Amino acid sequence: MDLLNALVAILNFVVIPASAYGAQLALGALGVTLIYGILRFSNFAHGDTMAFGTGITILLTWGLQALGISLGPLPSALLALPLAIALTAVLVLVTDRLVYRHYRRVKAAPIVVVMASVGVMFVMNGLTRLLIGVDEIQFADGARFVVSVPQFKAMTGLDEGLALRTTQAITLVLTAAAVWALFAFLNRTRSGKAMRAYADNEDLALLSGIDPERVVRLTWIIATALAVTAGVLYGLDKSFKAFNYFQILLPIFAAAIVGGLGNPLGAVAGGFVIAFSEVALTYPWKKIAEYLGFEPASLLQLLSTEYKFAVSFVILIVVLLVKPTGLFRGKSY
Amino acid sequence: MSDPFANRGNRDASIVNPRPAGTADGTRGSGPVQPGRAGDPFLIGEAMRGGYGKADILNGCTLAVEKGQIAVIVGPNGAGKSTAMKAIFGMLTLREGSVRLDGQDISALNPQDRVRAGMGFVPQVANVFPTMTVEENLEMGAYIRNDDVRATMAQVYDLFPAVADKRRQNAGELSGGQRQQVAVGRALMTQPKLLMLDEPTAGVSPIVMDELFDRIIEIARSGISILMVEQNAKQALDIADVGYVLVQGANRYTGTGAELMADPEVRRTFLGG
Repeated sequence: MDLLNALVAILNFVVIPASAYGAQLALGALGVTLIYGILRFSNFAHGDTMAFGTGITILLTWGLQALGISLGPLPSALLALPLAIALTAVLVLVTDRLVYRHYRRVKAAPIVVVMASVGVMFVMNGLTRLLIGVDEIQFADGARFVVSVPQFKAMTGLDEGLALRTTQAITLVLTAAAVWALFAFLNRTRSGKAMRAYADNEDLALLSGIDPERVVRLTWIIATALAVTAGVLYGLDKSFKAFNYFQILLPIFAAAIVGGLGNPLGAVAGGFVIAFSEVALTYPWKKIAEYLGFEPASLLQLLSTEYKFAVSFVILIVVLLVKPTGLFRGKSY
Repeated sequence: MSDPFANRGNRDASIVNPRPAGTADGTRGSGPVQPGRAGDPFLIGEAMRGGYGKADILNGCTLAVEKGQIAVIVGPNGAGKSTAMKAIFGMLTLREGSVRLDGQDISALNPQDRVRAGMGFVPQVANVFPTMTVEENLEMGAYIRNDDVRATMAQVYDLFPAVADKRRQNAGELSGGQRQQVAVGRALMTQPKLLMLDEPTAGVSPIVMDELFDRIIEIARSGISILMVEQNAKQALDIADVGYVLVQGANRYTGTGAELMADPEVRRTFLGG
């Protein structure tokens, strides 16, 4: 019985939250890795694209709520998501036209483009603040739990409870669907293959009649869709605060690099590696040790939660030292 | 002036992708297609002048090829052979001169649109998509086509049986000769009217080279014009209907392959006796 309780506690406090967080990181890292693979630079504005898109989603959600439209047990934000993605994609495409296109035309060194993206990041950051402010916003509505602690206890008769929040379930389902759709797109459709062709050899793609600007636009649209979805899921799961999206850039980059930059499969794996490490290292294991018959004197928490970003950093450094191409071979040949 | 940062940022693969950018300007749009001139050959790049920087590499060179014929460009290193090919394909903006194909003046088209106009180009290096399978490479060749491409693909596999067996393998894992075959196959997938080959036999064994030349003759017989730059001048001129010897970006000698082979001056200077 105690063993079961320990398992349930691990599931409840580590596996479920880390899976949801990992899925959000994976979606973010997929966008970063796509842009790295195809446009050849690390997009520092990715976190703020997430924030901007989530801000738009929240405004649209409020609109839907005012009109009395809801999705029943599901959060209304899901209904607002497609339009928010479209609006954010328009902003990103305008940015590409105004900023990045120039650097492509003059064949600027990629580091210059990275720096340009830092500038874009600050502008987007400001836009988001103007749009929705800097306060913390809760915008999840609908049913709060798929399984709640009292329900679970009544069902199983265990001492330890387990909760699965609606937002966590939605995160996992939506991420699985998005990853499947992305892989199907890249491997089976003509446009997806054209994107991979462009990532392999730009000149040869041009010689095959593939319009490079179309590939670039498609990349931005897909990366934006992934970013806004990740941002909305993160915001639903926790809460929306513009600054958090700037901070989440570090674990997202770490996930993309750990998995192997430019490799979509790696980005997904990297997201989960980072999330599980972060959660496992900041979780106090005392309760589980007690279930297993130990009597620890301390909380058995390896790191306090304030240091969770250090985990991404350390993993990042170890991977760069030991296996710089990432777990899955990335494009950094 | 030494750069104190020595370009360090661009070598950090954790923030920038080390893959080199394309050399062509993908953002450039096409201008209008003009009518050609009466009596033009099938393809003619006439009096082409231009280069990458201030100095011109092409100094008024003219290259032409008739329907179903093989034209070979030979010449010393740095003569502008590859540059002339790029100019015809629109990867280099010409300062003077024009390119006309099949009765139309296409000088203002960008490379993407020249593919649609009927040109196929096989570059000398980096001419396959290494992380894509052979089959996907061919599919990308057929990117501009909206009809059923399976018949063309079967033709390419018939032409190059060696790569047909490797259709599920990544093109980057193939041998040099097979890669070259995939590259030519990719260009054929668009069903071009003109196939341009930049040193198709560079780095392949003599046996594979003979094999490739045989395939090239076969392609020309099917009605596709071929314009090719070749290092192995003797073998290439053997199969050429017309040959051009370029020196310093200008035509030095022009004639049928046999004429050039017979010309003692050409033999002595360019064919090694």
